[in-house]
Amino acid sequence: MITFMNNSDSEEEPCNERTSLMSAESPPVPSYQDGLQASEAGEAQAHRKRRAGSSRGPNNIAGGEMSGSGVPVRESTLENEEEELTLKYGAKHVIMLFVPVTLCMIVVVATIKSVRFYTEKNGQLIYTPFSEDTPSVGQRLLNSVLNTIIMISVIIVMTVFLVLLYKYRCYKFIHGWLILSSLMLLFLFTYIYLGEVLKTYNVAMDYPTLFIVIWNFGAVGMICIHWKGPLQLQQAYLIMISALMALVFIKYLPEWSAWVILGAISIYDLMAVLCPKGPLRMLVETAQERNEPIFPALIYSSAMMWTVGMAKPDTAARGTSQQTWDAAEDGREHLRSPSHAESQMSETRSPVPTRPITSLEDLEEEERGVKLGLGDFIFYSVLVGKAAATASGDWNTTLACFVAILIGLCLTLLLLAVFKKALPALPISITFGLIFYFSTDNLVRPFMDTLASHQLYI
Amino acid sequence: PAFGLFIFTIARDPLRIIILIAGAFFWLVSLLLSSLIWFIAVKASDPQDERLQKGLLIFGVMFSVLLQEAFRFLYYKLLRKAIEGLVALSEDGCSPISIQQMAYVAGVGFGLMSGAFSMINLLADALGPGTVGIHGDSQLYFLTSAFMTMVLIFLHTFWGILFFHGCEHRRWWEIAAVVIMHLTVSGSSFCNPLYVGSLVPSYLLMAAAAAWAYLLSGGSAQNLRRFLLCK
Repeated sequence: MITFMNNSDSEEEPCNERTSLMSAESPPVPSYQDGLQASEAGEAQAHRKRRAGSSRGPNNIAGGEMSGSGVPVRESTLENEEEELTLKYGAKHVIMLFVPVTLCMIVVVATIKSVRFYTEKNGQLIYTPFSEDTPSVGQRLLNSVLNTIIMISVIIVMTVFLVLLYKYRCYKFIHGWLILSSLMLLFLFTYIYLGEVLKTYNVAMDYPTLFIVIWNFGAVGMICIHWKGPLQLQQAYLIMISALMALVFIKYLPEWSAWVILGAISIYDLMAVLCPKGPLRMLVETAQERNEPIFPALIYSSAMMWTVGMAKPDTAARGTSQQTWDAAEDGREHLRSPSHAESQMSETRSPVPTRPITSLEDLEEEERGVKLGLGDFIFYSVLVGKAAATASGDWNTTLACFVAILIGLCLTLLLLAVFKKALPALPISITFGLIFYFSTDNLVRPFMDTLASHQLYI
Repeated sequence: PAFGLFIFTIARDPLRIIILIAGAFFWLVSLLLSSLIWFIAVKASDPQDERLQKGLLIFGVMFSVLLQEAFRFLYYKLLRKAIEGLVALSEDGCSPISIQQMAYVAGVGFGLMSGAFSMINLLADALGPGTVGIHGDSQLYFLTSAFMTMVLIFLHTFWGILFFHGCEHRRWWEIAAVVIMHLTVSGSSFCNPLYVGSLVPSYLLMAAAAAWAYLLSGGSAQNLRRFLLCK
């Protein structure tokens, strides 16, 4: 444990990522991550964004993993404590993820409800070429399915490309790509968003002010996301970016395509993370083998990593919690299987059997943080935003989808605690969300409307 | 007031928030199933017949009440299992959250969700222009809706406590009392443009339930007096 902590002290650039990964895997806890896949979003301007979603649960002190070797009694007590600490902190982690997801959704819903721009149909992305304005239902369905196939294949290609780049260590390319896409996102989308909001509320703003505001916002964002910055600011930026991206999606994806895409992406996420040959899984495993963290700027992390006895917080951890918009790829976050981590950990654990429990607990408080990929944020927000935009039952449907997504997230985190490896965070939540959306819109709404008109209460 | 309850008592502890959201989820599922049943019934029947529709609506409401209570029971079972898990994993052998707290939170979850579903469209419409009761309906529509929703939220909270207590100690009459109370309250909302018939009994029932829940949770008149006099 100590060794890993010391390693995380280094300040070299590649070690930023490396250390964050390692501290995430600091013994005796295997890291578990939720993998979310990155979905690719394209803009009409032919910029492609990359999203990576994966969530990682760090430092689960699940001593249960360390079975295998002859576990001394001391370690077993350590494990028990670790397990219970896991679950105790489990609730805290869930909340740490609830809050940003909720915030993102609130931003998206508020914008959708107030700004007209995002619900007008002004064209479609080049990734969804088939229009949905066809007269017959069958044709529309066919078009949406075709759109989905195109979108998913684009995402697959992008992800495989990213994995290949990662495998062959073209780090500079990846970094440049991520920086470019986040740049574009921060400046261009914010400009559009701000313009629309100002238009809606009929507030005048002159260009110099606008320039200064956007420049500051963008510059601070870039620094925060890609370099160092206070954790809360970084989290706020990531939430903003996810919300902006979700809004773009909501605007530019035609209706039925959006729903089919949501469904298809969760299936894809499931496969990409869990299948042995899935690209996301390969990415995670490769990164794990090299002891490097997964890409900076694709993940939202809920906590910083601090190490006992070190003066400065682990900046590497912050490095991982950035999102990058990749111009041409989707990033997918893999989950790492804890096996590599565990083998390393069990080796290092034996030389430090006398590590006092208290310091363990000290470490834990700060090291625990769950990581969730930004793609997840985006798709959750897309679901809720679409529900807010298009459902005729308005707020009931939105509320129902919101609760469904939160419960899905809970369940996913529970599974994470049980399985302790990277898991896709999209499928369960999106499934619940879709079920609840369609059922609330079609079944509950007439019921509630009738009840309300007679003022009956159930 | 419900939000006040939420902020002051629940928002601190993450476990309670999870239980709250799960409670809301369970209520939602029960609503879903009951509206499914109602929907099927409506589709299968004649849409022109007014009395039949009204009858179906009443049936739907009653069925929904029963389903809600059933789901409360299911939620109770789930929470029991969860509490066993938490106890097994905790350091000092007792769980970080007691069953009474869970009952309270579950009740608030149910209540919040039902209140939200009842009120939120109303609130959204209330923001817009319009006149209340222009077609000869009551002018107090919004006001009474608000009060009714509030009483329902509180009632759900108290019912949660009573229900769980009944399940814990195996007193079936408590559970039956909760169900009957729920049915009564919903039923009283049938005479609804005549607000006296629905609001007054509901408030009385709420006061009774509040007192009962308070006593069950270990409170007593002495505690109350001490609290009020800030001793």
